[in-house]
Amino acid sequence: MQDMNLVIKGHKLKKLISLLAVVPCLVFAEVKYSGNAGVEQRYFLQEALYPQQERSNISAYFSPEVFTSFNNGSDSILFKGYFRIDQQDSERTHGDIREFKWTHSGEEWEVQAGIGKVFWGQVESLHLVDVINQTDAIEAVDGEDKLGQPMVSFSLFKDWGNTTIFALPYFRERTFSGVDGRFRGPIPVDTDNPIFESEDKEQNLDWAARWQRSIGDWEVGLSYFDGTSREPTFVVAPNVDGDISVRPLYPQMQQVGIDVLALLGGWIVKFEGVQRNVFEQDNSVLINGVPVTFEQQDYFAAVAGFEYSFVGLFDSVYDINLLMEYQYDDRKELATSVAQNDLMVGTRFVLNDVDGTEILMGVVQDLDYSNVRSGFIEASSRLNDHWKWRVDAWFFSSDEPMEPSHLIRRDDFAQFSLEYYF
Amino acid sequence: MKLAHSMIHKLPKLGFKLFITTIMFVITLGLAHGQTAQEKGLAIAKERKARDLGWGDSVAEMSMILRNANGDEAERKMRMKSLEIKDDGDKGLTIFDQPLDVKGTAFLNFSHALKPDDQWMYLPKLSKVKRIRSKNKSGPFMGSEFSYEDMSSFELEKFKFKYLKDDKFEGQNCFVIEQVPTDKNSGYSKQLVWVDKKHYRALKVEFYDRKNSFLKELLNLEFELYLDKYWRPMRVEMFNEQTSKSTDLVTHSIEFKTGLNDNDFNQGSLKNLR
Repeated sequence: MQDMNLVIKGHKLKKLISLLAVVPCLVFAEVKYSGNAGVEQRYFLQEALYPQQERSNISAYFSPEVFTSFNNGSDSILFKGYFRIDQQDSERTHGDIREFKWTHSGEEWEVQAGIGKVFWGQVESLHLVDVINQTDAIEAVDGEDKLGQPMVSFSLFKDWGNTTIFALPYFRERTFSGVDGRFRGPIPVDTDNPIFESEDKEQNLDWAARWQRSIGDWEVGLSYFDGTSREPTFVVAPNVDGDISVRPLYPQMQQVGIDVLALLGGWIVKFEGVQRNVFEQDNSVLINGVPVTFEQQDYFAAVAGFEYSFVGLFDSVYDINLLMEYQYDDRKELATSVAQNDLMVGTRFVLNDVDGTEILMGVVQDLDYSNVRSGFIEASSRLNDHWKWRVDAWFFSSDEPMEPSHLIRRDDFAQFSLEYYF
Repeated sequence: MKLAHSMIHKLPKLGFKLFITTIMFVITLGLAHGQTAQEKGLAIAKERKARDLGWGDSVAEMSMILRNANGDEAERKMRMKSLEIKDDGDKGLTIFDQPLDVKGTAFLNFSHALKPDDQWMYLPKLSKVKRIRSKNKSGPFMGSEFSYEDMSSFELEKFKFKYLKDDKFEGQNCFVIEQVPTDKNSGYSKQLVWVDKKHYRALKVEFYDRKNSFLKELLNLEFELYLDKYWRPMRVEMFNEQTSKSTDLVTHSIEFKTGLNDNDFNQGSLKNLR
């Protein structure tokens, strides 16, 4: 018995010693702090549709980042926080942990656990394949801002490609404008009362896998997702208080995705396609205690396009890129998708100057309705090492009540931002 | 940035010198019949390349000082990882630390001898790896006077060489070699390279644009010797003759044989860099 005790003690001692050996590494690992903050002034060009909405809005955000690595760089921890305060819309005053994850890298493999951000895809105008992270839709109309996604992932980096498998244990709901915000319908989305097809609600265990490889001048990605759709449909129903509300309904979805980019001479050709299966057949969803059955949707959507670059225009160092992308969705009658037969034409000016000045502008035209289109301009440049200015403007035109864009037809705006980086 | 390595057979000393020089002259004359200016140019370039083989991998901390015609300066900070690849161009990974708005942005480059380099950018804001078109090789690298092709590794197959003359540069005896890019997408019609006879290092390069006008001059300065074999310039100055803008590339530190491998240059791991 005494021997046993000694053995156990010996073990403990060993553990303690190895722990002590790790401590100095942890203590002396370099911690890097960085991040950015900004102030944004928005001005809406038209009178609002609803009385609670204002013409101008000021908003500020703060996004700190902390990073440290240890064990000779094979382990790292990243934290990226986000907080926004908004003058008008209390829904837009919100915080999020964009990333808080531990990464362990081995030879040709990697494990990540925590809250992460993942991007899949190749095209610019619409991100169909990219379904891991929920859109932080209240942030910006372009939908490029994403909420942090709890996940555990395992990656293999091999000659035959990079493969990652994800387990996603918790679902994040999409953010929507509140009653005082612009970009909303007559009744704001009731984000407090979401409906899930899954009985596990936001705790449904989603999973996904992706394979990606560069083959010469081609980039090819294949992906699969099975879980709660990040894209809700909406149910108009009384809420607990008996008021009519618009509630987001998050169905179950299986998606197969493919994304391709090819460098062909001066052209960059891009394609993303998804086959989605939304709602389980014969699966009913409880809405106010009443089971409602939704029709299963099996559909295909794709974006295809190209980018052509004129480098060193007129003997200058300026570059001009022309972008054209066609968006297709085979759900003809369903109007939930904005992009069922639309064409994006855009151009990006890159000045290649010290300040990194870039201007991107474009138009998305609905090919079904000639009066439905949106336009955008994004420009940015550095003022110095810490400060940067940015101008974003969006214009919406839609006389078609059946189109989702009809809801925001009066929300044209221009926004000026000052950003500070540290 | 490997515009600078090499060396040469030590020239004989004093008493011997005249004798040897005479011999060399005779040999050169003799060779002149068998060796064309092209062959001699290629031979020098081969020697330059040969003397820089076997460095393995390196990690460097660098700054770029961008200067406009008025002398206003802006600084870029970056870390550069390089991996020597046998029988192909090298792999390079540049992580930007400054300007702060592009911090964490990474540029991954697989140089190739004959076909265009494979290049990717990692954009931390979107967590996106973006394949970029390397045909854009004449475009400025980070708004500097260095173009993307200037940042690529020196490979024999990228040029047609021609020996022009002997010259002195800063007191060092040099060969002057003309290099004509084989890639029609190069921003240059030719480059004139001053290669020192002692160590076969490129000391100076003159770049001529597509219209054959003098465009840029590059100076490799403050050479240091690593692993007893590899010369690296701690300061590279690029001056644009047409705009009077200039960029200095300063190496603060460089380490060789740090144990990097292909895995460190995988696009899947770009997201973990900070």
